[in-house]
Parts: sequence; C-alpha cells; structure tokens
Amino acid sequence: MDVKDIINPENFVYGKSKVLTDTVMHYCPGCSHGVVHKLLAEVIEEMDIQDKTIGVSPVGCAVFAYKYIDIDWQQAAHGRAPALATATKRLYPDKYVVAYQGDGDLASIGTAEIIHACNRGENIVVIFINNAIYGMTGGQMAPTTLIDMKTATTPYGRSVELNGHPLKITELIAQLEGTCFVTRQAVHTPAGARRTKRAIRKAFENSAQKKGTSLIEVVSTCNSNWKMSPVQANEWMVENMFPFYPLGDLKDR
Amino acid sequence: MNMKEEIIIAGFGGQGVLSMGRILAYSGIMQDKEVTWMPSYGPEMRGGTANVTVIISDKRISSPILQCYDTAIVLNQQALDKFEPMVKEGGVLLYDPNGISRHPTRKDIKTYSINAVDLANEMEMSRVFNMVVLGAYLKVKPIIEKDNVLAGLKKSLPERYHHLIPLNQKAIEVGMQHVKEV
Amino acid sequence: MAEKLLKKGNEAIALAAIRYGADGYFGYPITPQSEVMETLMEEMPWETTGMVVLQAESETSSINMLYGGACCGKKVMTSSSSPGISLMCEGISYMAGAELPCLVVNVIRGGPGLGTIQPGQSDYFQAVKGGGHGDYKVIVLAPASVQEMYDFVGLSFDLAFKYRTPVMILSDGAIGQMMEKVELREPVRRLTDEEIAEKYGHWATVGKQPHRKGNIISSLSLEAWEMEAINLRLQEKYKKIKENEVRYETLLCEDAEYLLVAFGSSARICENTVELAREKGIKLGLLRPITLFPFPEKPIQDLLPQLKGVMSVELNAGQMVEDVKLAVNGKVPVEFYGRMGGSIFSPQEVFTAFSEKFNL
Repeated sequence: MDVKDIINPENFVYGKSKVLTDTVMHYCPGCSHGVVHKLLAEVIEEMDIQDKTIGVSPVGCAVFAYKYIDIDWQQAAHGRAPALATATKRLYPDKYVVAYQGDGDLASIGTAEIIHACNRGENIVVIFINNAIYGMTGGQMAPTTLIDMKTATTPYGRSVELNGHPLKITELIAQLEGTCFVTRQAVHTPAGARRTKRAIRKAFENSAQKKGTSLIEVVSTCNSNWKMSPVQANEWMVENMFPFYPLGDLKDR
Repeated sequence: MNMKEEIIIAGFGGQGVLSMGRILAYSGIMQDKEVTWMPSYGPEMRGGTANVTVIISDKRISSPILQCYDTAIVLNQQALDKFEPMVKEGGVLLYDPNGISRHPTRKDIKTYSINAVDLANEMEMSRVFNMVVLGAYLKVKPIIEKDNVLAGLKKSLPERYHHLIPLNQKAIEVGMQHVKEV
Repeated sequence: MAEKLLKKGNEAIALAAIRYGADGYFGYPITPQSEVMETLMEEMPWETTGMVVLQAESETSSINMLYGGACCGKKVMTSSSSPGISLMCEGISYMAGAELPCLVVNVIRGGPGLGTIQPGQSDYFQAVKGGGHGDYKVIVLAPASVQEMYDFVGLSFDLAFKYRTPVMILSDGAIGQMMEKVELREPVRRLTDEEIAEKYGHWATVGKQPHRKGNIISSLSLEAWEMEAINLRLQEKYKKIKENEVRYETLLCEDAEYLLVAFGSSARICENTVELAREKGIKLGLLRPITLFPFPEKPIQDLLPQLKGVMSVELNAGQMVEDVKLAVNGKVPVEFYGRMGGSIFSPQEVFTAFSEKFNL
C-alpha cells in the first residue's frame, strides 16, 4: 500500500486545528503551554467562534500566544489581562474573551485585577497556567512555588520564614460570588488533556450564557527551569504539585 | 457701562454658603450674564470657613480667583475678620450679627446687616436661612431680576426639591424686607 | 438655542463624554475629580447611549481597561488626579507604544506624594515629557474654562483617533471644582459595532474575520531593528502632530512689549494681570498654550522681535518655563513666577512679581 492510499478522509483520525497558525512555537519541549494552546484552538474551532473570540495574552512565557492561535489578540501589561478582558467583554458583550495568564502574572503582580474581575463576575474565560515558577525571566520564585522548591531567587529552597507560603489563588477565587466555574486540571496525560479541553469548552459556554467568570487552572511543568527532563518534570509534578494543588472542580454552578 | 460684580460668600460649612452662591450664579445665567463659582480655593482659602467666590459679569470673566471683592457676605466671626479688609473701597459688606462679637469697623464701605438666623428661626424655616441672606443681598445689589432668581432656583434645585421653591421664595422676600444699613 | 447650564468642570467632562459618543469610562475615585464618575453614574448613560461606566479596583486597572477598550476600536476614557495618573503612566506608555487612542483626564492636585487636594500644575513634566517609560508623547490639552473642559473631550477623541495616540486633558482642581456656564453641543452618536468594524477593523480586535489575518495589538518587539522601526514611526507621528495641531490663544499681544505665558487656571488669573498692567500703561500681553504638547514654540518666536521680556507663570516650581526658554532660545530674558503645593497666586501677586523681575 502506498502512503497516498492511507491519506484519505476515511482514515482521518487527528489533525492540527485550523485555529492554530503554522508558526513554530518557542516553548521548550515538554512545556504544557503548547498543549493548552492546542486545546484552546480546538475549542474555538469546534464552537466555530474564531471570528467572535478575542484573546488577551500575558507577560510571561505565553506573551507570544498571539503568534500561535489565529484570533484577534491584545497583549497586556504584566498582570493586567483581566482588566483588558473586562473592558473588552463589557464593550462587546456578545463576543468571547479569553485571558491567558501564568502564575506570576495572575497570582502575584495581577492579584488585584484577577480577584476583582472574578468578583464582578465578568463573563470571561481565564486560563491560568501554574508551573510554580517564573519561566520567561529565568526561573525565579513564583507566588505558587512550593516550600523547599529551589528557584533562581530561592537557591536554597523556598522558606516560609523568608518567602511566606505558596498561594492557592484558585481556592481563593472559587470563594468569590462572581465565579461560576473554577477548576484545576493538568495536561500531562491524554486523559488529563481531554478533561482540560472539556473544561475550556464549558468555560466558553458559560461565557455565552453569561453565568459569570470561569477559571481553569492548569497545573503545569517547567522542565527547563525545574532543571529536569520532561518526563522527570511530569513525575515531579504528580508527586509534589498535585498533593498541594489537587486536581478537580472547585466550583461548578 | 458693563456690569461686573465680584462677591465672596463665607461662613461655616452647613450654612448653605456654597448653594447660595450656586443659586446666585444660576440666576445670573438666567439673566444672560457670564458667571463663575469658585469654592474654597485660592488665596482666600485659609480661615477654616466654607467660602465661595461668585462673579457675575456682562463680559467674559478673566480670573475666577480674586484678592478683593465688590461685596463680601460673611456669616461668622472668622469670615468677617478675614474678608472685611478685602472689600473694595465703596464696596458692600453684608453680615448676620448673630454670634458676632467684633462688628465691622470700616467707614469707606457700606455695611448692611440681616438677622437671618433669628428671622429664619422665628418663621420655622431655618433650612432656608441662606435664602434670607440672599434676599438681603439682592435688595442691596439688585443686579438680578426676581423672575431670573426664581428661574435660577428652579435650575439649581433637583426636581425632588421643587416643592420647596415657594418656601425659598418667601425666605428671599423676608431677607429683602429686613436688611438694614448699619 | 443650546441649553446653558451651570456646571463644575468635572461635571462638564462627564456630560461631554456622553454627548461626544464615548463608549466607555473606567475610573477610580480621587479628589478633586470624583464628580466625573459620580456624574456619569447619576446620568446612567448605559440606558441612553449604551456607554459603559465602570468603577475599577484601582487606577492601574482603569488604565488597563482603557487599553482593552481601545484595542476594540472604542472611544474610551478615564479621569484621575495626580497620584492616580502616576499609577496610570505605565499603561499610558503601553498605549502610546501600541498606538491606541484614548482620553485621560488629569485634574491636577498639588504634589509630590499624596500632596494636597488643592489645585496645582506640577504634573506638566509628567504629561508633556513622558511620565511613563520610553520615547513617547501624548497630545496634551490644557482647558482654562468649564466650557473648554466640555469641548476638549470631543477634540481629544478626534485627535486620539486621527493619530491613534493617547490624549490627555491636563486640568487642575480649580477648573475641575469651579462652576461656569457651559453650553451643551449637539450630541454625537456612538458608532455601532458594524461601523467600528468597518472604520477600524483593519487594526482593532473586533474578532478575526476570514478575509484577514488576526489583529494583534502589542507594544512588544524583541528585535532591536523592529523596535527601532516602531520608534521611528512614532517620532514621525509626533512630528506631524507638531506641524498640525498646535493650539494657543493670545490676549493683547499685538503691541505687547512684555509677554506672560501661562496655561489653564494660571492663564485665567494672568488675563486679569494683563488688565492690571494695561491700566498702569505697561504693554503686557498673554500667550496661553492650549496644546502643551505640541508646545506653541513658533507663536512665541514670532512675537520675540517686539518683546523685552517673557515670564512664565505656573502653579509649580517652574516646568513649562523650560519649554518657553527653548522657544525663546536666549533672545530675550525669560523669568518665572510660581506657587506650589496647592497655593494659588492672585492677579495682583503676579503683577507685583512681574514688575519686580523686570524692574518696572
């Protein structure tokens, strides 16, 4: 059988989403961003809302999200994506607005913006990548860095005395009246990726139904800055991150 | 001759100083004058009193902030002490003697008194005390016609207070009747 | 005839926003400008024009809401006073970099720090020389009356969209709190989403249309050559603004031998100073810059042959005087008179200072 005989519609099992561009991603091999980008693009394609979706990219590794997902994008200042998303959604109530943020962006410099956007119940989707470290700037401590975890600014490990506790911001956000759907997922396995995709889809649907803010935390790896191989990083995440940041829905109404 | 009247109104906060100025300014607009209303800002701000500068003029108004005035309406001792010296020669000082121990002394200006607190209390309309003072002022300086004052009142007050307009009018008339040259 | 109302400068800003078809206001309370948002909330424009009004959690958030709204091709604005504007400067830099239109109103209070709630003009440098990081400018309009507070809202939106740049109305507590007669202009209708898509759809984030690439609004470029090209484009824009948008007003300059230069509330006070000088036979004129950027250099230069001296009068320690000196370029003496920290000079005080400085 020739390869051309295999490439035909009956045999089609998987394809790259049309909402993803052909630009080669700058993410490190093994990074969760690429998978989450793909899931987001697939949801936009499947819901046929490419022309109605406006993305807000953060400062952090995902700053260039606009290069990879083929929608209109706003590139926000560090931490301010929920403010941009708020105005965009209020000015275009019938469009879909998704803010994509990392842990430094959402849980440190942008704490006020995310808390207040969620508390106002803005009908937006927030995707929150938590890999417990600042990736883009070279592996410094994040608000979500675990105790004893070594980073560029906690070379001897994070100490409570010096740095305080890791911030469970998603638990905080789940308490807010304005949020309708708050969940914590991971994309280290095909099953996890499928669950995350379902969560993203639900968040967009919530937005259409004006139910309030939906936030999906994706517990992620940063193998480069964790200084591990991708496989080790996934194992380390399961062993260390999941006990502190347990997966599952924190709120769904 | 172009008319230009520069007024300072000063007293305690809560005496209706600012709103009196506002009604006066709005009345000026109703008479097609240029007006400015400038609250407690500028060189006259010290003294712990609420005050407002109102300018009513036929021509475009330059500085809304002044150092001397055609008329000073003063409703407490501090305001009297502060603004009596700032009345232009030949100008007008209008005051309520209630609570005043040191009375005006200048001879080169015209001084008028209005017992507005007593009058308003007697008539059980202490809320429109400031309108009694406004009436006294308009008697001394009839720069705005009565109809325009009424129109100014209407424009200044939110509609929910329009039922109080007759009371305000009455207070203005009482002020007009009782003002005395000292 | 248009309706004439007695309004505070701050109230005029709010009424103008609705009537000039603003799409969104995002702000945070601070004295002495809180009446702007209070008036908007009382007017409830979302019921009439559909304008969005939102009290944000901070000035930082307000300016970033403007960023988002401006990305959408919408007419968006905020107002604040000095400390709040300091917080917004980061966002203004981003918007200048990303070439986004918006209106920021600064009702200045005396600084530095928490300062005072009384008026000042001590944010001139911040407004005109940048404020935030990077080589950028914003168009700065300085109203001197309540009517100008109203009118400049419309002008600001026109300029903001014409040049795709933030525009600032630089006012102060005196103009903000003062009441004057204001004539409401014929209302301008808000653009519909379809009209915005047609007018600005080639750059604004209104949802990616099949016939075009995704619109990306960003001030980021990691390549030096690319970032330099962006800077050159910005400078080209500022040059055009300098050529086309200088606005100013003169009072008795035709025969003036001396010139006061003052903006905003200072200019109002100086009008009176000019009257005082003229009464004494001194040929004093006033030039009031309406645009602080672009600064009216040439109008000042054109007057120089007849002038013996220039005095810049400001409610600060001497900021605009530097631009006056650049314009005068040493040809005649330039003096300065100012008050700080919320204190205001009287017309007489300015006249005395002027007479002393020029030995008149």
